[in-house]
Amino acid sequence: MIDVQDLTKYYNDFCAVDHINLSVAPGEILGLLGPNGAGKTTTLRMLTGYFRPTSGRISVKDLQMPKDTLRIKSLMGYLPESAPLYHNMLVYDYLVYVARIKGITDPDKQMERFRTLADLCGLSAIMDKPIATLSKGLKQRVGLAHAMMTDPEILVLDEPTSGLDPNQIAEIRAIIRQIGKEKTIIFSTHILSEAEATCDRIVIINNGRVVADDTTANLKHAGMQNSFVRLALKGPDLKTAHDFLTTMDPALDIRPLEPKEAGLVCFEIRPPDNRDVRSDIYLKIKQTDWIIMELARETQALEKIFQQLTRQEA
Amino acid sequence: MSQIKHIAIKEFKDYFISPIAYIVIALFLIVTGWFFFSTFFIFGRADMRDFFSLLPIVFSFFIPAITMRLFAEERNVGSYETLLTMPVSFTDIALGKFFAATLFSAAMLLPTLAYPVFISFIGDVDPGPVAGGYLGALFLAAAYCAMGLFASALTRNQIIAFIIGCALCFTLTIINRMLFFMPPKIVAFIEYIGASSHFTNFSKGILDTRDIIYFISLICIFIFSTYIVMQEKN
Repeated sequence: MIDVQDLTKYYNDFCAVDHINLSVAPGEILGLLGPNGAGKTTTLRMLTGYFRPTSGRISVKDLQMPKDTLRIKSLMGYLPESAPLYHNMLVYDYLVYVARIKGITDPDKQMERFRTLADLCGLSAIMDKPIATLSKGLKQRVGLAHAMMTDPEILVLDEPTSGLDPNQIAEIRAIIRQIGKEKTIIFSTHILSEAEATCDRIVIINNGRVVADDTTANLKHAGMQNSFVRLALKGPDLKTAHDFLTTMDPALDIRPLEPKEAGLVCFEIRPPDNRDVRSDIYLKIKQTDWIIMELARETQALEKIFQQLTRQEA
Repeated sequence: MSQIKHIAIKEFKDYFISPIAYIVIALFLIVTGWFFFSTFFIFGRADMRDFFSLLPIVFSFFIPAITMRLFAEERNVGSYETLLTMPVSFTDIALGKFFAATLFSAAMLLPTLAYPVFISFIGDVDPGPVAGGYLGALFLAAAYCAMGLFASALTRNQIIAFIIGCALCFTLTIINRMLFFMPPKIVAFIEYIGASSHFTNFSKGILDTRDIIYFISLICIFIFSTYIVMQEKN
């Protein structure tokens, strides 16, 4: 659907995006992840035709970027970061303007489309309000309605949930998931749980380069490789417990942790071969009269991978 | 073509949604009305010549005030990004905004049509120079709008856009009066560049293709420059 090759963007001599390659399949939800200033917004802006790339190729379906920019733009709906809108217009007037520009000039078709969008984005109550008086979440929804005006095949959303409260985030995510069933969506975020919950595939960008590009499931699986077990015990002191656990398997990597409550001893236990050692630990502790307060296997989730990938480079 | 129309309508409406339109029109009418009528009865001539001779200098301050927000505000608010990622070309945007500003200038001139009507009660008004004057005023306003549009495309700061616009328009307005200081070789050229002499021809009731071509070329040059600036800024 979308194919990006060697996309590069220089601002004067600062390289914001450095030879990025991306391809997005039809119907895929792609999450573009990265720390602030990694080049996410710049990439999306080039993809939507707002910025001209310094070099590189963008093709959407069988259309090429500089030549068919107008046609590509009409295939895409774009929600820029923090949804910049015309503040002095009413929501309804704004939507009429957008509809006309995007080629829906027939008033009946406009009304029909507005109804669908109002339902989907929850705009019914604010149609007659000036955009300037709307809260951030509502503006974001108007922006989303703007992006989806022509029911485009591709939606590009730049940090659609930034600055929203948890309820609004949940709403926007629900909308994304709902429209994502039939559309190709690219969205950027720096919230990992969001990408994990909504995306089929995740691309992590740092310093303008792609540092990871894989399906969400695969990335999570990679995170499993470095699992460890958290154990909290009530009863023994640190030394006794440590020695006792070491007798179980000398190869275990056992490190004491700061206890969460007074009177507990905590450990982080890493098996060398990445197997699940919880049952072994339980059976071992059962021989004593200590009480297990916590026994949990933790995987090195997306956060860790993200931190690793983006810190090394920094 | 329809994109230009939609953008122009939207921008034109925008003027009247905000208080800008009313403030600018009111001030324009006060300033021109005062300067025109303060000497009108002294000369005792039933014509509009003094009114039209005021316009170039008044326009060079009022038109940049109209055009300063066209690009600068959009850049500042960020809606420029929304606009550019819709299926519209740079040309559509530049022309749409240009027509909106020109239309607004025409709306600003509209109430002054009352002057010739009232003057005709106290004397015989020659309709030729008045009609020519208004046509010339539209050309002049359009040319200044194109310059203001260009100034607005240069920056995201409206005040800077206003000052650059004023500087451009003011230069073209008064350059004719500087001829005295110019080397003789370029006097003819400078005289041609200045807007006032071309406009004066209109307000005498003379429709000369040279003057029309002058204004149209001015408009084209600055809209094209706007287009280039837009392209360079991205």
